[in-house]
Amino acid sequence: MTTVLAIAWKEVRDGLRNRWVLATTLLMAALALGLAFLGAAPTGSNVAASRLAVTVVSLASLTIFLVPLIALLLAYDALVGEIERGTMLLLLAYPVARWEIVAGKFLGHAALIAIATGVGYGVAAAAVAYAAPGTGAEDWQAMGALIASSILLGAVFLSIGYLLSGLVRERATAAGLAIAVWLVFVLLYDLGLLGYLAATEGKGVSAETFGWLLLLNPADAFRLFNLTGLEGVRQFSGMAGASGQAPVSPFALMAALLAWVLVPLLLAQAVFHRRQL
Amino acid sequence: MKEADAVILDGLTKRYGDRTVVHGVTLALAAGERLALLGHNGAGKTTLMKMMLGLVRPDGGEVRVLGRDPAEAAADVRRSVGFLPESVAFYEAMTGWETLRFYARVKRRPAEECRALLARVGLADAAGRRVGTYSKGMRQRLGLAQALLGAPRLLLLDEPTTGLDPELRQSFYGIIAELKAQGTAVLLSSHLLTELEERTDHIAIMNQGHLVGLGTLGDLREQAGLPVRFRLRVVNGDAATVADHFGALVFERVPGEVGPACPARDKMDVLRAIAGLGDRVADVEVVPPSLDDVYASFTGRPLSEGAPA
Repeated sequence: MTTVLAIAWKEVRDGLRNRWVLATTLLMAALALGLAFLGAAPTGSNVAASRLAVTVVSLASLTIFLVPLIALLLAYDALVGEIERGTMLLLLAYPVARWEIVAGKFLGHAALIAIATGVGYGVAAAAVAYAAPGTGAEDWQAMGALIASSILLGAVFLSIGYLLSGLVRERATAAGLAIAVWLVFVLLYDLGLLGYLAATEGKGVSAETFGWLLLLNPADAFRLFNLTGLEGVRQFSGMAGASGQAPVSPFALMAALLAWVLVPLLLAQAVFHRRQL
Repeated sequence: MKEADAVILDGLTKRYGDRTVVHGVTLALAAGERLALLGHNGAGKTTLMKMMLGLVRPDGGEVRVLGRDPAEAAADVRRSVGFLPESVAFYEAMTGWETLRFYARVKRRPAEECRALLARVGLADAAGRRVGTYSKGMRQRLGLAQALLGAPRLLLLDEPTTGLDPELRQSFYGIIAELKAQGTAVLLSSHLLTELEERTDHIAIMNQGHLVGLGTLGDLREQAGLPVRFRLRVVNGDAATVADHFGALVFERVPGEVGPACPARDKMDVLRAIAGLGDRVADVEVVPPSLDDVYASFTGRPLSEGAPA
């Protein structure tokens, strides 16, 4: 455990020192504040939803675009980059198991994402609550769930990034693949699904299959979790109608996200374990 | 094979695809012994070290490090081994102190040890600077410091002195000598033959994955059967007479000098003959075959031909 923590701490310090954390936190806080104050303006004041609940809906969309990208940027370089630069050879000559390296990097990078998300969104939430009093406990709960699930979504894409990083021979290949992964999960998957539904006039898939298809994309699982999870948010997210027949429970969505963290991470470890330096 | 040996290689073979990079290498390294591994780039030196660390699995033969199989007891073996890779790479954004502290944590060593090691390699003043700003020599010294963490019983040093200036090299070999006295086995690979002559106990010569020579420098000289050369400074005008005296032995004549050569076993006879020439010879120099010559005779090519590291 000492080794895992030593490696995790090294990653955290690197992230703090090269201002990566500062830059991402500022970016997330700025975008979150922008969305909270500008994006919520058109709703007017006669809607029975608190400003914070509105913000949660906007931030959920922001997370889907930004957090996977941030996580992939951290992770694609993690293994292949160290192998290419030569630092991995020396580290592996120490009494370190390869899973400890993967676990250490995962912990460290997840902590960086947690700091950026927690602080960035936390600042935005506090500002919204201050500007528009009347924020209930349930709104805070939704906000907490959003931050926690954003970190979980980041962890998913960290795992996928390590898997890419362990598979390829060159950093550039890993970078290209990371961008492809981001495009597929964040844009193309939903586009394809939407296109198919439109082409078949909604009769192509049953509601049940549709639910399963959403679980197959961690970004969709995350979206569904945040938009249907809580009553106050549901009302406002346009999911109120869908909620009665919500295809999958929040627990299933959480379980899907956790599986999306663990499976690629274990695969990454297996791939890295068999690699000869 | 003794159990006390730090390293035992027995018929060790490694293939990458259909290319055999290490070919049935057998050798032993005892505690407190310094063994130099000589060879061109690609001769298999680094692969041998990687197999000793359990980073690469052999395709044939056996490797024992400190009595264990490094592929099976990797963590135990690595705790007692120090490794300095060729042109060592560090995390550029960390300071020298943080770097050593990081490796010390991984090896479960206390912070005081880092402080002592940085002082020992002369980096105490630069400890607070980022490794990215270090010169090649400073990186190499930091590399040595990390290899010495935990007082290892075996040190594997891959091209440790490339890029070091003569003064640093001197202090580097000073540290190696201290370690030898403490019973640490040292395996070091190098291109720089001349500096190894007086600083190793045994020499192993590798050529294209084969171990082609093994022994002390004296053993290897003898096996190579290279001639001993003499350089005689002759008092003016007598060069022809002196050269006639040695007849067929003379290999080289420059104005004022005569250079006979003879097999190593005839050396004393020739020396006596030189003494018999009286005051016609003003000075004599005996030149044994250099490690370069020995290396070339074992591998069929001079070492200086190889690409620099």
